[in-house]
Amino acid sequence: MTTETLCGDFYTHCFQAEQDKEHEGRLIINMGPQHPSTHGVLRVIVEMEGEYISRAEPVIGYLHRMHEKMGEIKTYHQYMPNMGRVDYLHALAWNWAYIGAVEKLCQIEVPRRAEFIRVITCEMNRICSHLVWWGAYLLDLGAFTPIMYSFDDREQAVDLLQMITGSRLTYCYYRFGGVRTDINDAFIAGTRDFCKLMKSRLPMYKDLVTDNYILRKRCEEIGVLPLEMARRYGATGPVLRGSGQKYDVRRAEPYSVYPELDFEIPAFPEGDAMARYRVRVAEMEQSVRIIEQSLNMLPQGDFMAPKSPKRIKPPKGDVYFAVEGARGKIGVYIISDGSSTPYRLKLRSPSYSNLSLFAELAKGTLLADAVSILGSLDLVIPEIDR
Amino acid sequence: MNLLGEIREAIKGFYSLAVGMGVTGKYFFRPEVTVHYPRKTVDNVSTYSGHVELQPGKKNPDGADCIVCGTCVRNCPSGCLTLEVLELMEENPDLEKKPKKIKKLKALIYDYSYCSLCGQCIENCPVTALGFSQHVYWAEFDRKAIKMDLVARLKDQLNAKKEAM
Amino acid sequence: MSSLIQFISRLIPLELIHILIGLVAILAFIGVNGLVLVYVERKVAGFIQRRPGPFEVGPWGILQTLADAVKLMGKQLFSPSGGDRLLFWLAPMLAFAPLPLLFMTIPVGKNLVAFDANLGLILILAFSGLNVLALCFAGWGSYNKWSLLGAIRSVSQAVAYEIPMLLAVLAVTLTTGTLQLSAIVDAQGVWPWQWHFLTQPAGFIIYLICAFAETNRAPFDLPEAESELTAGFHTEYSGMGFGLFFLAEYSSMVVVSSVCTVLFLGGWKGPGPEILGFVWFFAKVYGLVLLMMWVRWTFPRVRFDQLLNISWRWLIPLSLFNLLYVAAVVKI
Repeated sequence: MTTETLCGDFYTHCFQAEQDKEHEGRLIINMGPQHPSTHGVLRVIVEMEGEYISRAEPVIGYLHRMHEKMGEIKTYHQYMPNMGRVDYLHALAWNWAYIGAVEKLCQIEVPRRAEFIRVITCEMNRICSHLVWWGAYLLDLGAFTPIMYSFDDREQAVDLLQMITGSRLTYCYYRFGGVRTDINDAFIAGTRDFCKLMKSRLPMYKDLVTDNYILRKRCEEIGVLPLEMARRYGATGPVLRGSGQKYDVRRAEPYSVYPELDFEIPAFPEGDAMARYRVRVAEMEQSVRIIEQSLNMLPQGDFMAPKSPKRIKPPKGDVYFAVEGARGKIGVYIISDGSSTPYRLKLRSPSYSNLSLFAELAKGTLLADAVSILGSLDLVIPEIDR
Repeated sequence: MNLLGEIREAIKGFYSLAVGMGVTGKYFFRPEVTVHYPRKTVDNVSTYSGHVELQPGKKNPDGADCIVCGTCVRNCPSGCLTLEVLELMEENPDLEKKPKKIKKLKALIYDYSYCSLCGQCIENCPVTALGFSQHVYWAEFDRKAIKMDLVARLKDQLNAKKEAM
Repeated sequence: MSSLIQFISRLIPLELIHILIGLVAILAFIGVNGLVLVYVERKVAGFIQRRPGPFEVGPWGILQTLADAVKLMGKQLFSPSGGDRLLFWLAPMLAFAPLPLLFMTIPVGKNLVAFDANLGLILILAFSGLNVLALCFAGWGSYNKWSLLGAIRSVSQAVAYEIPMLLAVLAVTLTTGTLQLSAIVDAQGVWPWQWHFLTQPAGFIIYLICAFAETNRAPFDLPEAESELTAGFHTEYSGMGFGLFFLAEYSSMVVVSSVCTVLFLGGWKGPGPEILGFVWFFAKVYGLVLLMMWVRWTFPRVRFDQLLNISWRWLIPLSLFNLLYVAAVVKI
């Protein structure tokens, strides 16, 4: 072999175009890991025929940090900060999934006030996550200004979360049997103001972006995901709801105080990028609704279970606990052998399933559409690689 | 689609574009929302938890309350705390018995580059000697320089406070 | 004094001196204009996005672009291995070279024109086409697949948008009966209702849309779409290679705006003394440039096939109808 045929790595070798007449003139391009629209370090190898993509293959693993293996060597308490770093945009949902799993395993009772605090903070974090997605998606489509507006709003929410959690992005706030700090009046007043602000900002988003003709042409009927295919790949969250299935872990496998709250699960049957977009915008509205209700229902009491154990040593057994993250179903599966560290810890990340859709969705689309599809799946790369 | 429908859609599209231009045009005249960092700082730094620090003790105002139990070191997920202990032999007034061994905190080495600010050390400290600082704008050019001795830091802070008084 | 002028004019024809002075002035203008427009663009973007924009270097940050220009000049020039070095370095020069020529024929005020060619409009349209060749060379010479895709896009985009632009311009020349830019200005009056954009609104809008596409500005900035093609044709350029492309982009923005002003907005004409014509001219031109910036910071980018569809399915038929309409109006 000459040096020329050896260029590229393992993946590009496996992805060589066939050297026959039919495949002549096809380009093989690495989209990523430094491509601006792959949001971090996702790499997609695409085979292109002019502007059309004939094959696409995501290559993952550039951000692998062994979170699952780390779970096996750390105690239950020590593993908590890892959860904020799996999905940095919706860190509190991951916090909750892990904490909830361990609580279920050890049968720790959580005070009612703590449950409401968890709902409020988690939904606030969901709004933050959707706002970042909203801005970044429009950045993918070439509009620069929306991300600045959405970050302006997100800043208000992040400031509020900082007030009680002390961090701004990688939260480590929930504890076994409650939360770390109680919420104060300033936070409650600020949250009410934030809900009002979001309600006044959403029409502006609609005027600037949702109704925009260029954007609609870039999203409508792009990357149509049939429900059957979404199920086959195990897609969850807004991606699945964008295909018309009203599946939400908060309703399907209710946890915490969600059954008491009144909110809708937005779902749109079109299955295109616009439907996924609409689901997320509608979810922001619903999250605002949930926060307002929980603030009204917030009881007095402990924010931490009085008998929360300092050292966790769960009984033998296994447990699975799932919560609804901004990207879909977040699941944590723990097998305990009775010691102070888990025997095995498995994280089910929604982005991983959602990414696997991409190879099939991108086939035959234009490059610009592929960017739009990739954006509409709302991928967080660290969550895929874990 | 017929021609008339297409024309109607094109006009609608143009109208939606004009609405979008209106939104950005309106925001052009709105005041800016950013804070220019080196000149000004945000006003909610006090709620942010910066790195871990030793807090001036209640029993021991000239130093920390630390009893050198090592709970923080054991509980830290990333092993960023190291205790250096000074072992002293205290003379027992009762001469028949063996001299008592007491442990004193010499240094608490803290490596900020490993810390994930989870607060496990703070929560598990039996005497609440540790806390989050408000020293959030901390940057170094060298990886080794981001390590510090928390005892020395506390001493500096207390001295500075005394001088100010 | 007059004998000196006569002596010089015997050595060199006066016309040549006129052109030379104009050329020097234009070259100075292009440089300053590039700096100012980059600054204005960043300020506009900043204000729209509710942040201050550059304000650290100099008062209100006005020296920021100068500092950037110095940095660009100081950078090492790379050419990619495996690329065609000749084409790679020819491209930025080719992008920049025709620009002074384009400015030459534009009447800035009464008698304030470097070279009043009687086929000025044709000259501008012909030489602005060279820009495409530069982008094409840049994409091919870079030896980069993203650049190549950018070059392909820019060529088909230019081909699609030259046609409606020409047709819109043709409709104006049909009413004025001349291709000389100063004569086209003279055909329009002092007041806004005497300008061509009212008699030919369709032509005006078509020309504006084509102007966005011709200068590769958002929402039609597909050859350099950074979320799709990383940076398109200038992915591999650094230092002044990139700087020249940048300068060319901002200068061509001014050129298309000037042509639009001359054709549709009455050129340097406006109420007030004629000597102040250049003020009116620059006010109109920079107004259009500001509009282009405003649009850029508002809209998402269109898709490539949609871009071509807009041209072939809407603009070309519309501009043909416009031409027919103008012909009918002129005849009657």
